[in-house]
Amino acid sequence: MNYEIASRTRGPKHAALCAACLVALSGCHWDMWNNARYKPLEPTTFFADNATARTVPPGIVPYYDTESKVLSVASTEPPLTDTHYFQGKVEGAFAKTLPASVPLNRALIERGQRQFEIYCIPCHGKLGDGQGMITTRGFPNPPSYHIDRLRQVELGYFVDVMTNGFGRMYSYASRVKPEDRWAIASYIRVLQLSQNATPELLPADVLEQAKNPQPAAAEAHEGPQSNEHD
Amino acid sequence: MAQVFPPGANWLAKWSILFAILGVTLVVGVASAVYWSPVVTQVGVHKKQPVPFSHQRHVQGNGLDCRYCHTSVETSPFAGIPATETCMTCHSQVLAGQEMFNPVKESWDSGQPMEWTRVNDLPDFVYFNHSIHVNKGVGCSTCHGRVDEMRLTYKAETLHMGWCLRCHEAPEKFIRPKDQVFNMAWEPPSDQLEQGRKLVQEYNVEVGQLLNCSICHR
Ligand code: HEC
Ligand code: HEC
Ligand code: HEC
Ligand code: HEC
Ligand code: HEC
Repeated sequence: MNYEIASRTRGPKHAALCAACLVALSGCHWDMWNNARYKPLEPTTFFADNATARTVPPGIVPYYDTESKVLSVASTEPPLTDTHYFQGKVEGAFAKTLPASVPLNRALIERGQRQFEIYCIPCHGKLGDGQGMITTRGFPNPPSYHIDRLRQVELGYFVDVMTNGFGRMYSYASRVKPEDRWAIASYIRVLQLSQNATPELLPADVLEQAKNPQPAAAEAHEGPQSNEHD
Repeated sequence: MAQVFPPGANWLAKWSILFAILGVTLVVGVASAVYWSPVVTQVGVHKKQPVPFSHQRHVQGNGLDCRYCHTSVETSPFAGIPATETCMTCHSQVLAGQEMFNPVKESWDSGQPMEWTRVNDLPDFVYFNHSIHVNKGVGCSTCHGRVDEMRLTYKAETLHMGWCLRCHEAPEKFIRPKDQVFNMAWEPPSDQLEQGRKLVQEYNVEVGQLLNCSICHR
């Protein structure tokens, strides 16, 4: 008997609890999943071009401090006076040397090789002979690096081509950082040497081995100079 | 006083226990099947994209490196989605003028960015960072699957918290040498645990802190 009464009075309580649960559930919303903030490149209706990532207005340039290596947003007064570093030019002519802030060492060449193999080989090929994969799919062949004209140009010339594009080649300024452009240019020099080297350039012991090859010793001398042959 | 329950109720009471267990199992079973199904997790489901971009064609077919397009994956939290300029670098010549490229061409002419549909999307209350993973030997294929074999991009993993933690509690099971991070075909060697432990040491992975809530919920 007691049980019956109890269950009758519990009925409405249960109903209320269920209703509360339903209300709570319907109150589930997604605003923690989608905060009032934007992930990189998320679209917005706020700007006419629907982009949250704004394009830099004309006349404004990115500010890159070569000393601290910090790229900050934009500045109306471009401190891009370092044309050597940014454009590969010294007083209007192509620079012959690396800028002072980029020391020549093995790390630079290896960095250059890495970046070259990401961004350049699709068209220029692993050896820089202009026989990249894309040229078999309808892209016109770029010139080989191993022609006389390109052997004779200054180092800054390659940086200029990467920065501003050349012929059908688009600019890579948005993809390859200024520092990496110098690394790649230096690596191009390595490639050029690799295709035009004379035996006298080898260290004496390596030359000796090359003349009398011994299978075991072949792997002792590894480095960027030998890597690019694969 | 009249009997509330007829004698048959005994039978009912016994069997109702069984039915209750069966019923609960069924509900939980169906609910979790739905929860883990691609309908909810979106694993393996490809999204409609403005242009039928194929990673298989570009990565396996043309041998492009991920970084050619996802330029910031090594240096920032965000992997980066290629600008229209990147597509035009090749498609100003290759297959130029084909109808399927109209959205690319329109975007290039108008300056209006392409709108790709996101495939992997964490909730906004989770912090994720590509560069730390890529620089500590966690390969793209561990989290994104064989992207190089995808004709249309799809999500390869659930990206549930449990999935992140499965690795964060024992990274040695998944970690690989840094020079293999972009190798889509990498498979763990037979002595992965041993190799993995060495790499965890070598790369200074701080395993102790990887389960802290505040690493991902900041
Ligand atoms: C030719 C340029 C290109 C290359 C090379 C490339 N991708 Fe992509 N990737 C894209 C584009 C465009 C999208 C956006 C459209 C889509 O999702 O298919 C994308 C999307 C993705 C996504 C999904 C992003 C999301 O929405 O969550 C992943 C993951 C991805 N790429 C991984 C890779 C990996 C790994 C590689 C290297 C094996 C690679 N990509 C190489 C252009 C490229
Ligand atoms: C490095 C050069 C290169 C870049 C960059 C590039 N593509 Fe391609 N794309 C190709 C080549 C080569 C083909 C194949 C042509 C062939 O096989 O005839 C191709 C084919 C395609 C196809 C046809 C796919 C198919 O299955 O036949 C589409 C669509 C496409 N690309 C879209 C894009 C988009 C979108 C981007 C920018 C994110 C892009 N491509 C960037 C070189 C490139
Ligand atoms: C530890 C797992 C993990 C690894 C390793 C990883 N990704 Fe991702 N990736 C994710 C997650 C998670 C997201 C979704 C991020 C979000 O929603 O904010 C994502 C998103 C992306 C996107 C979409 C853009 C973005 O950043 O949100 C691209 C493109 C991408 N990944 C490419 C790559 C490439 C290329 C690699 C290899 C170099 C890689 N990922 C390695 C987990 C990973
Ligand atoms: C396959 C392994 C793996 C997976 C999957 C993975 N992580 Fe990681 N994660 C790592 C490793 C290794 C580190 C580097 C830790 C270190 O350097 O101490 C790391 C570091 C991080 C860090 C930076 C920690 C710090 O110290 O700042 C964050 C944030 C993070 N992961 C978030 C995530 C999220 C979110 C997911 C799931 C979407 C995820 N991770 C999935 C292996 C993984
Ligand atoms: C390795 C990264 C990582 C760590 C560490 C982590 N989480 Fe999460 N957490 C996630 C991700 C990713 C999700 C989103 C899962 C999804 O999309 O379903 C999540 C979701 C959640 C949610 C929401 C679940 C939901 O579906 O409503 C809660 C609550 C949460 N985490 C609490 C915690 C707590 C508490 C800790 C510490 C004990 C913690 N997390 C540690 C990555 C992490």
